[in-house]
Amino acid sequence: MAMSHRRMMFGTRASALAGALLLAWSAGAAAQTTYVRGNDGDPETLDQHKTSTVVEARILRDLYEGLVIDDASAKVTPGVAESWTVSDDGTVYTFTLREDAQWSNGEPVTADDFVYSLRRIMTPATGAKYANILYPILNAEAVNTGETAPEELGVKAVDDKTLEITLASPTPYLLELLTHQTALPVYPPAVEEFGADFVSPEHIVTNGPFRLVSFAPNDRLVAEKSETFHDADSVKIDRVVFLPIEDRATCVRRFEAGEVHSCHDLPSEQIASLRERLGDQLHIAPYLGTYYYALNPTRGALGDVNVRQALSMAIDRDFLAEEIFSGTMLPAYALVPPGISNYVEDGPQLPYANTSMLDREDEAIAMMTEAGYGPDNPITLELAYNNSENHRNAATAIADMWAPLGVNVTFNARDLPAHYAMLRDEKNFDVARAGWIGDYSDPQNFLFLNISDNDGFNYGQYDNPEYDALMDEAASEGDLDKRATLLAEAEALFLRDLPQVPLLFYSSTSLVSPKVEGWVDNVRHVHPTRFLSLSE
Amino acid sequence: MTDAALPTAPAVAGRSLWATALRRLMRNRAAMVSLVVLALYTLAGIVGPMVWPHDYATVYSNYVKVPASLTPYPRANTIVPGAERALARARVEVDTVDVAGETVTLGLTASREIDPRITRYLDRSDLFSNARIVETGDDGRSAVMEADIARLTFVFGTDSNGRDLAARILVSIRISLMIGALATGVALIIGVLYGATAGFLGGRIDGVMMRIVDVLYSLPFIFFVILLVVFFGRNVVLMFIAVGAVEWLDMARIVRGQTLSLRRREFVRAAEGLGVGPAAILRRHIIPNVLGPVIIFMTLLVPKVILLESFLSFLGLGVQEPLTSLGVLISEGARNMRNAPSMLIFPSLALTILLFALNFLGDGLRDALDPKDR
Amino acid sequence: MLRYAVRRLLGAIPTLFVIITLAFFLMRVAPGGPFDQERTLEPTVMANLNKAFHLDRPLYEQYAVYLGNLLRGDLGPSFVYRDFSVGELLGAGLPISMLLGACALLLALLVGGTLGIIAALKQNSTVDYLVIAVATFGITVPNFVVAPVLSLVFGVWLGILPAGGWEGAHPAYMLLPVITLALPQIAIVARLIRGAMLEALRSDHVRTARAYGLPARLVVIVHSLRGAALPVISYLGPAAAALLTGSVVVETIFGIPGIGRYFVQGALNRDYTLVMGTVVIVAVFVVLFNLAVDLLYAAIDPRVRYD
Repeated sequence: MAMSHRRMMFGTRASALAGALLLAWSAGAAAQTTYVRGNDGDPETLDQHKTSTVVEARILRDLYEGLVIDDASAKVTPGVAESWTVSDDGTVYTFTLREDAQWSNGEPVTADDFVYSLRRIMTPATGAKYANILYPILNAEAVNTGETAPEELGVKAVDDKTLEITLASPTPYLLELLTHQTALPVYPPAVEEFGADFVSPEHIVTNGPFRLVSFAPNDRLVAEKSETFHDADSVKIDRVVFLPIEDRATCVRRFEAGEVHSCHDLPSEQIASLRERLGDQLHIAPYLGTYYYALNPTRGALGDVNVRQALSMAIDRDFLAEEIFSGTMLPAYALVPPGISNYVEDGPQLPYANTSMLDREDEAIAMMTEAGYGPDNPITLELAYNNSENHRNAATAIADMWAPLGVNVTFNARDLPAHYAMLRDEKNFDVARAGWIGDYSDPQNFLFLNISDNDGFNYGQYDNPEYDALMDEAASEGDLDKRATLLAEAEALFLRDLPQVPLLFYSSTSLVSPKVEGWVDNVRHVHPTRFLSLSE
Repeated sequence: MTDAALPTAPAVAGRSLWATALRRLMRNRAAMVSLVVLALYTLAGIVGPMVWPHDYATVYSNYVKVPASLTPYPRANTIVPGAERALARARVEVDTVDVAGETVTLGLTASREIDPRITRYLDRSDLFSNARIVETGDDGRSAVMEADIARLTFVFGTDSNGRDLAARILVSIRISLMIGALATGVALIIGVLYGATAGFLGGRIDGVMMRIVDVLYSLPFIFFVILLVVFFGRNVVLMFIAVGAVEWLDMARIVRGQTLSLRRREFVRAAEGLGVGPAAILRRHIIPNVLGPVIIFMTLLVPKVILLESFLSFLGLGVQEPLTSLGVLISEGARNMRNAPSMLIFPSLALTILLFALNFLGDGLRDALDPKDR
Repeated sequence: MLRYAVRRLLGAIPTLFVIITLAFFLMRVAPGGPFDQERTLEPTVMANLNKAFHLDRPLYEQYAVYLGNLLRGDLGPSFVYRDFSVGELLGAGLPISMLLGACALLLALLVGGTLGIIAALKQNSTVDYLVIAVATFGITVPNFVVAPVLSLVFGVWLGILPAGGWEGAHPAYMLLPVITLALPQIAIVARLIRGAMLEALRSDHVRTARAYGLPARLVVIVHSLRGAALPVISYLGPAAAALLTGSVVVETIFGIPGIGRYFVQGALNRDYTLVMGTVVIVAVFVVLFNLAVDLLYAAIDPRVRYD
């Protein structure tokens, strides 16, 4: 009691110091509410067309408003578009933009701005890392490869306030795609005048609830409430400061010292003690992501599906989730995470999901024996992973679980670029760690990883014409239920052949101060500042 | 210059130099204690992993990150839930659990016949061993099972995979001592020879040699390491070479600085005047006189090298699991300092004691070798 | 001496050239590129990016372009931080890293020097052992342990200092990082000074000074410090270059916007231009500091002469 009282007193002093400095430098803004937000890295860019990470997504979501947006619980909600219609065949979307949508310089947001923006991201010279996410738009890929002129892109301004997007084939998750930061509009005159420099605080023009005040690399990014935003009255936070804190343990300390109001990603080794110390300030929520091991079918024994299944069967996913990842992950027996939109009720699972570990181990040993392997005829597998303590601990634990099958594991840890370059190019591994976080809530975003010509991600070199055909069929299917069934059939094939072994589903972890109100845990880990408020 | 006269003089003087040094070292109590400590470490590194009751690679999945303790696990209050958890997936009801001394007795019922294999559920747990069914009900749907409680002691606790930390420290001492000795040795030999040559020859050659050091100093070390991994694969010996090849630079600077000043000294000039060759002057006059700072620097280099290794491991060049090193253990411990402090405290303590011993021995050696006290 | 300095500075140009060339090619041989990340990019997208950054050109051409830009003082755009040029990134961070490094260096010299002198004057006494023990502790405990512990104790538990962050050159935000940076240096300086002082105390001119009955202990200290300075200066040249260019661990753990992180992150991200920028900075520092060291040698020890 006494201890906690003392800590509170000193904690207040430290945060008062930080607060005083924040205020001093915002000169005379006395009654402002400032939300200090720990972001787990420095944004690579504020150019929405060049971004690729969630670090930038959090900032851009506050600075801009897209046609549709994520609300506090990550549901698709009208943004600049107040309504839309879809053609019967599902390929033409017509958006009606709201009259009062404005840029931060007072100019109206028009359909032409969106046409300009979508053409810009597809133009090869932009060098957009994530252009492919919008490939469902008609001619998008052709424009992006330079085969077609940007004018051919299936985006048209019918009038100032009507935008028409034509798709190559029905894409039921188009609205989810449009909530991604790559679909946010840029202010065309600023881009024309300043080129790549339009993102600097003195040039940038935005249309979101906040406007950029300053951005110092690796130091902080400050945004202030925008008075030109159409819904400015509902925005309760005056100023938001994004602090890039790469070291997750640092964010936790600064949170406990009262220097930041929220942290977005926590060190999993600390979860247990955080739960004890901070109680419900700790938020853990399911997240659209899968952690898996790719198996290289060109390497001896791994070409045998029974060996692959045996290896998968022997992995105690509960132990990994509970002990290695301290409950920040969930056991995975499928590739598509639960809670995803546009999918069947109960997605396919590996048949041994509910079998006890001992039976699974017996069966795995039997299958290995049948395939001709076992402690008497052991196989050696090289397990490659990108180095981090969690990946190392998981690899160590899995190697231990495989030992009874007569599998000797050697490890090959690389740094991240070397690991992923190896996966993409040389593919000289037996088993390799990989992970995927969904960009939008649709099973296609996970299942496309294993399409035979997906060189970038198909680490398990899965080549099943039946699977590819199902994926193609699903891509042109307009009926959501039928499409879901087709995708589920594809996933069932994947789980039968098991080119990659799903291990865990990710959870998002965050620390949220009790002062922050309106924070809703959701599967996309999206928490726009405009829906939050701060109490004293 | 007569070749015949030269070899004898240094040989005689050399013996007396080392003999005096040794005698003086023996009188230095702190240095002698340090020597004993180092010998114990070496012994622990070599035979420790073989004689310690736990293997450094064995995973005790029921004991992840348990705190250090001299009393054996499991704790009384974990035995009952442990048994229930172990049997939770066996589709049986645990009606009664009694702990008596070193055995646990369980009364079980099930909706179908109880499979005698279920003993393995208990055996699999690290808490129990030798599980057996002592009594089966008439319909086969109830049974009484007994199991011995397995007592395991983790004096330093366990790591994040449930491996005995003491065993891991022992094996890490082996690795880190090897790294420290070899990398420092490489750095010492290259650095002293290079630095003494540059400083002794002086002038333009010195300039060029030192510029080469500047070049090597400025190259991005991480890329150097990544490339070593690419071209030579993962190899612990390579790592020593990599580290030694980088760390000799400072050594060379220090030796060269000392040599520059020594070579103008009267005794060196006198030797030159007497027609002693440069190699002999280096061996006879320069190197013994730079040993003091070199030894001090060596004692500073060892910790640097040991900690650097953990970074190399991160890039894939260091030791790979299940082997480990003090640097890796400490950096793991640093991340776990708030939830499992023993993971930081014990490896750090192991390194601290080792370095203290090295430093006091280094100081003792320096004092003993001081040529002016001869 | 001046002529020597000018000649050395001119001589530094080929050294820099060799460093830049070696570093440029060394980097490109490493596997992975700036656009290899956790999620692999589409081949078309990758091609567009490579083209936008001229990575599709032959390597020698990229090298020539880089050298040309460098001569004009342009370090190029960062591959990862796309809103900034390398010049802007380093320009924003370098003063901060240098400030922290200089403070740490000063602290290390003051504290380490004092400890070293005391230990040498009281050789083999309890004080000596105590100083050495404290100094050893400074090198034994790595900065990635010291930094979070300091932040936890003073920032979270006691709440008397910020747990991290940077508010201009505010002393409260500098204290813990400077101490973390200085600790190992204090230890090293103390040990080097002690060792060299002991040697110098027995050297002829100090003995002579004592024999002449120069009364004040101060004279002895000053005399022997002169000799003791050599190894310390040899060490400090490169050490200062390293300290002033920032520390990745300290900057990440305390959240300081210096350039230390770019050395490691730049390399791990394969941000080629950023790494080259750091190489150029380090090279310039190394060359300058080593020149300073050599000049100091000549100033302190009259027997060392450059002509």
